[in-house]
Amino acid sequence: MAYESVPGLVETREAFGETTLVIDPARLAEACLHLRDAEGFNLLIDITATDYLGWADVDVAGYYATAAGRDLNEPAAQGYARVPEPKPKRFSLSYHLLRVDEDSARVRVQVWLDDGEAAETVVPVWPTADWHEREAWDMMGIPFAGHPNLTRILMEDDWEGHPLRKDYPVGGEPVRFSEAE
Amino acid sequence: MATVERGPAIYAGSRIPQPVPTILKADPALEDVLTVNFGPNHPSTHGVLRLIVDLQGEHVVGLSAVIGYLHTGFEKTMEQKTWWKGVTYPARIDYVSFQYNELVYVLAVEKLLQLEVPRKATWTRMALGELARIHSHLVYLGTAALELGAISMFWYCFRERDLVLDLFELVAGTRMHTRYFQVGGLAEDIPVGFYDETRAFCRRMPEALDEYEGILDSNAIWLERTKGVGLLSAADAIALGQTGPNLRASGVDWDLRRREPYLAYDEVEFDVPVRHGGDVFDRYKVRVDEMRESTKIVSQCIDRLEEMQGEPWTSDDRKVVLPPREELHTSMESLIHHFKIVTEGFRVPAGEVYVGVESARGESGCYLVSDGGPRPWRAKFRAPSFAALHATATCSADVAVADLIAVVGSLDAVMGDVDR
Repeated sequence: MAYESVPGLVETREAFGETTLVIDPARLAEACLHLRDAEGFNLLIDITATDYLGWADVDVAGYYATAAGRDLNEPAAQGYARVPEPKPKRFSLSYHLLRVDEDSARVRVQVWLDDGEAAETVVPVWPTADWHEREAWDMMGIPFAGHPNLTRILMEDDWEGHPLRKDYPVGGEPVRFSEAE
Repeated sequence: MATVERGPAIYAGSRIPQPVPTILKADPALEDVLTVNFGPNHPSTHGVLRLIVDLQGEHVVGLSAVIGYLHTGFEKTMEQKTWWKGVTYPARIDYVSFQYNELVYVLAVEKLLQLEVPRKATWTRMALGELARIHSHLVYLGTAALELGAISMFWYCFRERDLVLDLFELVAGTRMHTRYFQVGGLAEDIPVGFYDETRAFCRRMPEALDEYEGILDSNAIWLERTKGVGLLSAADAIALGQTGPNLRASGVDWDLRRREPYLAYDEVEFDVPVRHGGDVFDRYKVRVDEMRESTKIVSQCIDRLEEMQGEPWTSDDRKVVLPPREELHTSMESLIHHFKIVTEGFRVPAGEVYVGVESARGESGCYLVSDGGPRPWRAKFRAPSFAALHATATCSADVAVADLIAVVGSLDAVMGDVDR
């Protein structure tokens, strides 16, 4: 499948039978419009924000896997130490697109963002992006430039912090009546 | 930064509100508008959905949905648990079609592991998945009819629902949230008697469905209140990310079981019911027809499973799957494997995958990121109910306030799935 004509295409990755298009964040909306109108990806399945803070640092998680996936015929391969590839920026946004048509297809559009860096909204391209983008803002604190109603969606309106960030501790919510008071 | 204009190709003639697609804004020129709060604790909202409704007389002129009351932080919690322990969480996200979330999670982990699953496990997953679909549609039908006053439907549907739950109890020991699927296959072999009980259920179900349709299809009140209400066009449904029965009731022939066959759906025969009205009635009809098809699929699965007596039900990859209980007494390696998997968990190669399956309410998806460690770096669930609620504002334009209940019920959102 050729996606060379997608505007702002940085890299195309194939892994696990899935195609990932890494897009320059400045041209995200343009690329999405192209994918919708020229490639026929008419249904936005999901937008996922992922925080890679601490990825590939020491003592964050185990680094044991083989380079090319596990080899079932070689049980000892389980213990090979390998540090995962570093990521370009802290946050990734993955847009899972689906072509609802006779020749169905899926593609993942990915942009990389630093903390506080805004992504372009794709609500005008796919109206369903509305809540998905609000969720990414609420959970990860990724602002979306041009979103018509960027407010919290799952957490309370006056919530502080973005709970799915890696630096947001589990059980990190303030306790209203603690012993210290 | 250039803003993109809404292209006319798909959205010409769309009823989707502007500029916010999920909020129906009342025209400020309208007089005598009353703003009413619905929920979050109201029996007709299927959990804890809150709707802020602007009414002019009985007509809905503005609507916005407020969600998040059931946000439980499943995704955050799963990042702290091993892949092995994580299996218990997804089923609790969509607690009505629980088996599908479990399925989509284990399929995603197996995709990362590139793990082959024995065919007996695949067919059992299909059978239990379809039973979960029947269960979910029965809950929909019972509650949706109840909200429109057909209280007897609730009893009839829950009578059959109980039979489905009995089957889950038989096979897994719990009636809901079974944790019966696990990475590599199933948690245990299928117990004696499951095939006979399931066959009896499959014989009973078509009669029960005829009974339901007999009650509703000639009921003047039901027809009046569902036909032509809550319209959603095919283009709007796609633009709003609808999948599953909501999309098929709007005339789009789209079913992942047919289009991207996972498990062994390419080896069973079934029809995909599609209707073109896009109203509450067609959504009801699609779901009832789907229950018929699911019953057929379950029968075919049982036929195939009976040929597989004595075959393994789980992978024999000891790095991922717990060893059989009896081996722990005699084999040092098995004891070590058991200990390692339970305490530390198995490790999954680094990478990111997305798997989508056709759950009872549409495409249920799981996006996993692994850093090669024993815990998921990120687990994200694509919730079909979350997408279904995007359509509330579009479907509710120009309905009466009483029909709002019918519309929200017909979109069949489960709040656990919406809020995760």
